[in-house]
Amino acid sequence: MNIWKAFLFGTAVALLPATASFAAKTDLVLGIVLEPPHLDPTAGAAAAIDEIVYANIFEGLTRIGPKGDVLPALAESWTKSEDGKVYTFKLHKGVKFHDGTTFDADDVKFSLDRARGDTSTNAQKGLFAAIDTVESVDPLTVKVALKQPSGDFLYNMAWGDAVIVAPESADTNKDKPIGTGPFKLENWAKGSQIVIAKNPDYWGTPATLEKATFRIIPDPAAATAALLAGDVQAFPVFPSYETIAQFQADPRFKVVIGTTEGETVMGMNNKKPPFDNVKVRQAIAHAIDRKTVIDGTMFGFGTPIGSFFPPHHPAYLDLTAEAAYDPELAKKLLAEAGYADGFKTTLKLPPPTYARRGGEIIAAQLREIGIEAEIIPVEWAQWLDQVFKNKNYEMTIVSHTEPNDLNIFARDDYYFNYDSAPFKELIKQIDATSDGPKRIELYQQAQKLLAADEPAAFLFQLPKTGIWDAKIEGLWENGPIQANDLTAVKWAD
Amino acid sequence: MLSYASKRVVIGILTLLAASIIVFAVLEVVPGDPARLMLGMNATEDAVRALQDQMGFNQPLILRYFSWLGDLLTGDFGKSYTYSVPVIDLIKERIAVSLPLALISLALSTIIAIPIGIFAASRRGSTADTTAMGIAQVGVAIPNFWFALLLVYIFAVVLRLLPAGGFAGWENGFWPSIKSLILPSVALALPQASILARVTRSSLLDVLGEDYIRTARAKGLSRRKVLYHHALRNALIPVLTILGMQFSFLLAGTIIVENVFYLPGLGRLVFQAITQRDLIVVEGVVMILVATVIAVNVLVDLSYAIVDPRLWSRK
Repeated sequence: MNIWKAFLFGTAVALLPATASFAAKTDLVLGIVLEPPHLDPTAGAAAAIDEIVYANIFEGLTRIGPKGDVLPALAESWTKSEDGKVYTFKLHKGVKFHDGTTFDADDVKFSLDRARGDTSTNAQKGLFAAIDTVESVDPLTVKVALKQPSGDFLYNMAWGDAVIVAPESADTNKDKPIGTGPFKLENWAKGSQIVIAKNPDYWGTPATLEKATFRIIPDPAAATAALLAGDVQAFPVFPSYETIAQFQADPRFKVVIGTTEGETVMGMNNKKPPFDNVKVRQAIAHAIDRKTVIDGTMFGFGTPIGSFFPPHHPAYLDLTAEAAYDPELAKKLLAEAGYADGFKTTLKLPPPTYARRGGEIIAAQLREIGIEAEIIPVEWAQWLDQVFKNKNYEMTIVSHTEPNDLNIFARDDYYFNYDSAPFKELIKQIDATSDGPKRIELYQQAQKLLAADEPAAFLFQLPKTGIWDAKIEGLWENGPIQANDLTAVKWAD
Repeated sequence: MLSYASKRVVIGILTLLAASIIVFAVLEVVPGDPARLMLGMNATEDAVRALQDQMGFNQPLILRYFSWLGDLLTGDFGKSYTYSVPVIDLIKERIAVSLPLALISLALSTIIAIPIGIFAASRRGSTADTTAMGIAQVGVAIPNFWFALLLVYIFAVVLRLLPAGGFAGWENGFWPSIKSLILPSVALALPQASILARVTRSSLLDVLGEDYIRTARAKGLSRRKVLYHHALRNALIPVLTILGMQFSFLLAGTIIVENVFYLPGLGRLVFQAITQRDLIVVEGVVMILVATVIAVNVLVDLSYAIVDPRLWSRK
């Protein structure tokens, strides 16, 4: 009897993989490093929120595609007035929110007015600053009037922070997100995993996956083990750079290194001496060997940058030569600035590895030209308070992961304390110019200006290190926006 | 008899009250604004202010302490700033992982350690004793996160017998959940068992050197009888103390192992809440932990009295 049982069990186990491979799988377990604090993209800056909900649960009027281009989403088309100040959006018909309520022009008006209102807690409230009025013309037409023409308007409306929510569910979206997307939230076991399931009533092309699970794995070693053991089948942003080579050698996995919008920079307090002297900033830029920094902190993954612009953008200029590693030149520049013997300063480092490890390497390189940088590790909350808000710092390292954020160098009172009238003028012109060669020309001028002024030492572009099962198709290669768009993901037969 | 027990309980309650003041005060002076942290680097000033108002940060400190304490007494732990769900629900979900994990590890370490400790003490100086204590020494020295990684590599990556981490959730069945707790509890139990075995051995040896043991032997009792009837009971008090401390540690101090196995336990909840400045969650969890530690200590104190009845009559 026992032998018989064992035989049956053995056969069943032997058959299991074979039968499972007959039909293509329709579920997927993805690993993510950080758990989102909540699931409302209109009320928080955490990238982890968009990594779950963007394009999957919530949709906006427009959206960002895998290549970083602006695509139609809930708006099927739009027209722009002659003066560029009025956009008229034509909305899709038959769209329903996950709770069954109908989506129409009133929801668009509600969402945009809510995001820019006095009590708004939208983390990117600035995206909506150009909007003057929002008018629902009829259930499927919305007219948005701008205060002045804005070349970025359609792009801004594609951010996760600009998704359309319903008045009935807006206040409870943090815990029970109700959007219009191809997936809806099934279950969130806090600290453990978030499960989304296919929305059978989706208005557009339905998803192929029936179910997707985002499992939260903060520890890099645990992430490696989870992939190897098959517990998770995809890690869109894999955190353990040191083990990537192991996966590259394993035919079961596909390793895809793409780019992101994350410019990693060593910010300097431009109002605080000696950093108010452009020669000191240039000296520091020339004292840093970017390749060593990338090898030492990122195991070689990451693209060196010489200005503040993503290398995958059509307007990108490679300006790394402007700040090439040259300690002799750096010393000369320091001497010209009156600091032949160097000086003492501080370097405040937030928790991510790129900052902590990178900071140590850069401090060693600065010592070569006589600059003694004392390393001060800080937590995120302290960083935001001391460095970002109160500008109580001299140097710091951080990655600016928001897309399209060249304009931070034109902001008054931003933590760099950089104040350049020509740069502000350029940003103003860019904002007022729609796409085209003129805009590219302006973007390139702005990059050159920053490379010459060095308000921060530009280090490298963060990579998107994706690892997934070789049979999975449709995951994004690059990260033009922080998202895990699962609408086109499927298992190969 | 009553005075011993009631004294322990009253001391426990006073400690809890003192802890509440300290916890609240310390977290008030921690730098960092939760509202700014949530809205990030691109937030406008008025959006940050709107969120601060929404979270009720603009009331006087004393007022907030008493309303927090009052709510605690009625079982209301407040609402998490980041998750915006009641703190008590978060804690319940996490205890459903941390408590079984702590209990399994404690059971495992007790089952392994006490027999080894007794065995080693009864054969003091023998090869068996030296070997057992040598292994225990290694067990104390091995960091549990390293041992955890080793277990994951063998049982999850190579043999694929157990999951590499994560927690299945009790709603998905008893066995899958227990399966996800096996490796973490082994990783936690090993160092605990090593400590416990050493304490059991040395405490037993101390007792075996006492005069009354010699008397018992002299009146003709067998070694075995003396060991189990006279020595063991008296040697248990230090062992119980260590057990109590280990339980408290296992409930909250397991954050590293929870990270290696990405288990949604209490330790990770506190850690995450601290980095996100979700102070109300930190306060709630710390109070629960303080209460647990105090309760365990009271229980341990009371159990001393069971082991050693003389304590009942002591004032």
